[in-house]
Amino acid sequence: MVPLWMYLAVAAALFSIGVFGVLARRNAVAILMSVELMLNAVNINLVAFWRYSETSTDLLLNGYAFTAFVLIVAAAEAAVGLAIIITVYRNRRSVIPEEARALKG
Amino acid sequence: MELNAISIGFVVFSIFTLGGGVGVVTTRNLFQGTIWLMVSLFGVAGYFVLLSAPFLAAVQILVYIGAIAILITFAVMLTRSVARIKERYIRILPSFIASLALFLILLLGVTVPIFGAHSPGSIPEYVASTRDLGAALVDENGYVVPFLLASVLLTAAMIGAIFIARDENA
Repeated sequence: MVPLWMYLAVAAALFSIGVFGVLARRNAVAILMSVELMLNAVNINLVAFWRYSETSTDLLLNGYAFTAFVLIVAAAEAAVGLAIIITVYRNRRSVIPEEARALKG
Repeated sequence: MELNAISIGFVVFSIFTLGGGVGVVTTRNLFQGTIWLMVSLFGVAGYFVLLSAPFLAAVQILVYIGAIAILITFAVMLTRSVARIKERYIRILPSFIASLALFLILLLGVTVPIFGAHSPGSIPEYVASTRDLGAALVDENGYVVPFLLASVLLTAAMIGAIFIARDENA
């Protein structure tokens, strides 16, 4: 069986790749894709800790159910985020977040 | 780590996950970026199989690869963002240093027991099944309140996305 820290190391690498994408990419769609990578890294961690921990029976499903809820929230986030990106593009002809500054004081 | 099916699968899915992730943040063409995202999400689904959570793997493939990646593809097409942006990155060097430092800190945290050592000696024999999850989701001592709130959230997100993306001039 693969030791727990290997799963955590891969999840850490995936999360760092996502952080780099969010910080460095210019396209808003690419930033949203990087956020999805970060969410998946967290999901790997949750499922790995759930699998490797010895829990009592009433806490048996916490990690499993939490991962399912993270998936639900990620779907909602992607739908609303992409709708915002499409609206900004329609109004400003741009998908670069720095150029959407109509509310800047 | 002995050589068996699980460890081979782990290495293969690691390559999928991390390679896809690197492809997402480096590719110039966002269509290809979506394909890389699908590869990475598939690797994560493989992890869920290795961690004996097959239901989550199926949901991962259906929701992420089947719905979210297709949604992102539509957004890429609707915004025609491929042609206009010449520069892929801003502040690439500080971002790279910051994410590398974050990775090193996290790696140190998971390999060296700074925050207290807890190494599970043996993996629990009994694994909760999908049947257990289904029972817990509608159990009033389980997750019935977050389950109902999730359905409200999905409805609100759907209506909100339609309302935001609607073209008022059309």
